[in-house]
Amino acid sequence: MLKTLCQKMFGRSLWVYHANSGGCNGCDIEVLNVLTPYYDVERFGIKLVGSPRHADVMLCQGPAMRATAKALRRAYEAMPAPKLVFAIGSCACGGGIWFDSYSVLGPVEKIVPVNFYIPGCPPRPEAIIYGVAVAVGLVDKKTAPVQFKQLEMPIPRYHPSDLRGSGEMVVYEKAEKV
Amino acid sequence: MSVLSKLKEAVICLRAGRVTLPYPATARPVPEKFRGRPIFDAAKCIGCAGCASNCPSREILVVDLCQEIRILQYLGRRCTYCGRCADVCPEKAITMSHEFETATNCIGDIRQRLDLFMSTCQRCGRCFKEPSHLEQLKQKGYRFDDVQNERWVLRSQAYLTSEAAVDDMKIEI
Repeated sequence: MLKTLCQKMFGRSLWVYHANSGGCNGCDIEVLNVLTPYYDVERFGIKLVGSPRHADVMLCQGPAMRATAKALRRAYEAMPAPKLVFAIGSCACGGGIWFDSYSVLGPVEKIVPVNFYIPGCPPRPEAIIYGVAVAVGLVDKKTAPVQFKQLEMPIPRYHPSDLRGSGEMVVYEKAEKV
Repeated sequence: MSVLSKLKEAVICLRAGRVTLPYPATARPVPEKFRGRPIFDAAKCIGCAGCASNCPSREILVVDLCQEIRILQYLGRRCTYCGRCADVCPEKAITMSHEFETATNCIGDIRQRLDLFMSTCQRCGRCFKEPSHLEQLKQKGYRFDDVQNERWVLRSQAYLTSEAAVDDMKIEI
């Protein structure tokens, strides 16, 4: 539903507002790199604006910090109603490697609701373009949770009394499942 | 400002061509040493949890469900792709892939979870201790001085003597 809404509302142009709430400027540089002619995102209608009041999308970089949380929330509330929030970089997605320090509250989703996550430290410009393309609906997302099992439950439990000798081999008679 | 310089500039501008990448339409290769998302190989993993204790962002969690099953969970939200887990892995079960297109609308999509079977001693159920380096050397015939009992190894020998050395095990010669 969100995807169709995005396609309908933001199909032509996304005006992005670029909010750094205490990151290291690595993601900022990658975002600015996206706007250069090399990775020209203005062909998707993406434009950087200076005020959150003009913006459709807020690009959050850096974790939610004690000092800037309030300002980030105010910037989010200043945006007009159909709005998206992108969390760019591992700080914004999960708090970064200083997630447990005093001044870091955690990921930006503690302060503002996040619609799209672009992990990476910093994400490549292509990864940011990919995230925007996923949001606009040009491409499908590629990630899915992965689960591997070395052994299926229930596992047989060993009882020495169930061992029977047959010829040269020792046979385990009943496999009791736990 | 001559006409020639203007012409030169025009030639440079015409020769430049198009530089914009057609990125989302066509794939873009990454550099050779690029580190993307770590991929965990469940077939190789022995569950030593070295990756979890080396992760700077504490993003790999290890939970022991019971004695046999250990769960290794990679959440990946704040992973910085530093590659320390891949460096420390003794079995090379973690590879840093070239995968960077991990943008998603649900942060749980990056999760990887391994259910590992931790093999224990079938007789007592406890883990057994590996012999120390000195004990392994003694098995191979290494002899060393025993200060307490005043027995000295004065000369190295190319063969094992039948005489027992310091708290030696019986070795058939």
